[in-house]
Amino acid sequence: MSQPQRPLSGSPQRPLSGSPLWEVFVRSRRGLSHTHAGSLHAPDAHMALRNARDLYTRRQEGVSIWVVRAGDVVASSPDEKDAFFDPAGDKPYRHPTFYEVPDEVQHL
Amino acid sequence: MDEQAFTARVTGDDRVEPRDEMPDGYRRTLVRQIAQHAHSEIIGMQPEGNWITRAPSLRRKAILVAKVQDEAGHGLYLYSAAETLGADRDELLDLLHTGRQKYSTIFNYPATSWADVAAIGWLVDGAAIVNQVPLTRCSYGPYARAMVRICKEESFHQRQGFEAMAVLAAGSPAQRRMAQEALDRWWWPALMMFGPSDVDSPNSAQSMAWGIKRFSNDELRQRFVDATVPQAEFLGLVVPDPDLRRDEETGHYRTGQIDWSEFATVMRGDGPCNRERLARRVAAHDDGGWVREAAAAYAAKHAAARAVAA
Amino acid sequence: MTTTTEVDLDVATYCLRLGDDALVLAQRLCEWAARSPQLEEDVALLNLALDLLGQARSLLTLAGVREGRGRDEDALAFLRDEPDVVNLQLVELENGDFGRTMARQLLVAAYAVPLWQALCASTDADLAAIAGKAVKEVAYHLDHARSWVVRLGDGTEESHRRVQAGFDEVWPYGFELFEVDPLLERLIARGVAADPAALQQVWRATVEEVLAEATLVVPETGWRPTGGRSGAHTEAFGYLLAELQHLHRSHPGVSW
Repeated sequence: MSQPQRPLSGSPQRPLSGSPLWEVFVRSRRGLSHTHAGSLHAPDAHMALRNARDLYTRRQEGVSIWVVRAGDVVASSPDEKDAFFDPAGDKPYRHPTFYEVPDEVQHL
Repeated sequence: MDEQAFTARVTGDDRVEPRDEMPDGYRRTLVRQIAQHAHSEIIGMQPEGNWITRAPSLRRKAILVAKVQDEAGHGLYLYSAAETLGADRDELLDLLHTGRQKYSTIFNYPATSWADVAAIGWLVDGAAIVNQVPLTRCSYGPYARAMVRICKEESFHQRQGFEAMAVLAAGSPAQRRMAQEALDRWWWPALMMFGPSDVDSPNSAQSMAWGIKRFSNDELRQRFVDATVPQAEFLGLVVPDPDLRRDEETGHYRTGQIDWSEFATVMRGDGPCNRERLARRVAAHDDGGWVREAAAAYAAKHAAARAVAA
Repeated sequence: MTTTTEVDLDVATYCLRLGDDALVLAQRLCEWAARSPQLEEDVALLNLALDLLGQARSLLTLAGVREGRGRDEDALAFLRDEPDVVNLQLVELENGDFGRTMARQLLVAAYAVPLWQALCASTDADLAAIAGKAVKEVAYHLDHARSWVVRLGDGTEESHRRVQAGFDEVWPYGFELFEVDPLLERLIARGVAADPAALQQVWRATVEEVLAEATLVVPETGWRPTGGRSGAHTEAFGYLLAELQHLHRSHPGVSW
């Protein structure tokens, strides 16, 4: 049922004149986590990081960058979506709003 | 796959993500559109890029460098979005270089004066923004996200263009003339950027149903005209359309007939600059081949060395 | 109004020299727009150009202030004739192929890093402030040049041959980086300018290290072209200046 693993960006690892695809994650400021910004091509990790800096932080969008080879990202498959995520759907007791608390009770 | 269910899903504003199942037609349409968009960004570097070394002040030079650089960046964002659909950049560039994929016809017009640089920012980027803002809500997630980033950056492009135009329009007689001539040159091609009227645009309906397109070509063109005509008036420049008038009832501006035969000519490859734009792009790619090969060879050598060490 | 002193004029000339270096190199890098080997490199090269342009603007502005003749950055950039432009010949050399451009970049950046580091401690506060910003930028420029020189040198046979040829061509122009004249001696004595003798050691070490990693050889030459600081230029420079200045000069006195 699960399809063969493909990189996050969906493209097979066909190199661009020898340069593989990298996924770029940027921390926009200290205190926040790295989030996916996009992808780019680079021949190696060093150049990927430099290209990411030039491409994704031209307007001070970041204070830290991760680059990961797109082919190294292991992603859940859309085919497994139901099995992966639906079982969490019927457990409302995990959420605080599930519980009724009288209005006059504070700090809960 | 169930195409009806898919259409219902995108109509319900659910986004499609890279590894989701999607109809082949949807994938093909998106790849073509995103690739053309990416090609337009990188070919679009040329008419303005030609003026970087001649910019008339250091401030304008810095602004123009930043803008042309953004265009390369936008090309890269878009090629990345196309890659999520399995279309690799090498292949797309090859389609561009061999003339099998198009870019926006607007970039086949020459930028022969400094005012053209201003007009490109004001009109061409202005039209692009009108086209692109709805794409931030496109049904395909990676394209929509690329467009969010691009639209944020493009608004600076349009503003700098208007500002540069305003300085010329309020400047010396020679500068005013330059400004008016640029508006004369770019007005009609800018209107053509929205594509043929919906009646003559066969793919529009399907793209609308798939949530790739949100508004018709004519609606978007009207939006651009309504926004831009008062700006031209503010600058004291004359829109080169004797039939242009404001419809008092609706408040919309009505333009004269667009010469679609010119559009077809440029689209076919016979615009003023089609040949040189493509030749320059191909030359850059070919001349850079040895550099890309070197970087790949170095990476391979050192990856092998690391593997041995480990 | 304060009166202009001899020191002010010296500082103005020093700023002009450094400003012209940055402006002319930026102009050369801009020629790569939409011509570079890959899109990522278009973005990278224009980033370098923007940094240099920023440095040029600050330096020319400061030069204009110290000179006290009412010339702003544009007057200095666009209205000086060739003999009055005082950049190093190294930065005006034509781009050639990407290998030659990277060779030139390495020679300049390996000098710019210790230069701006030293100028951070300049006794001239305005110059030190410019240095504080530039020093971060040129550190990246050096990394960029180093990355490419190493990849080209240690890449394919063709790239090795091309980048070595690039170094052979630009190398003689590197000597001018470290020339000293009476003006520079006066400014060094006042703690305003950086001493080229100290920069040269760092430069030589950096360049040799990168060339070794890149499997390239240090060119040997006895030829030492010179004269940039006194307004002597290569033939190619006239075209660069014409392109830079013609539009501005065609419309005297207007705003842009």
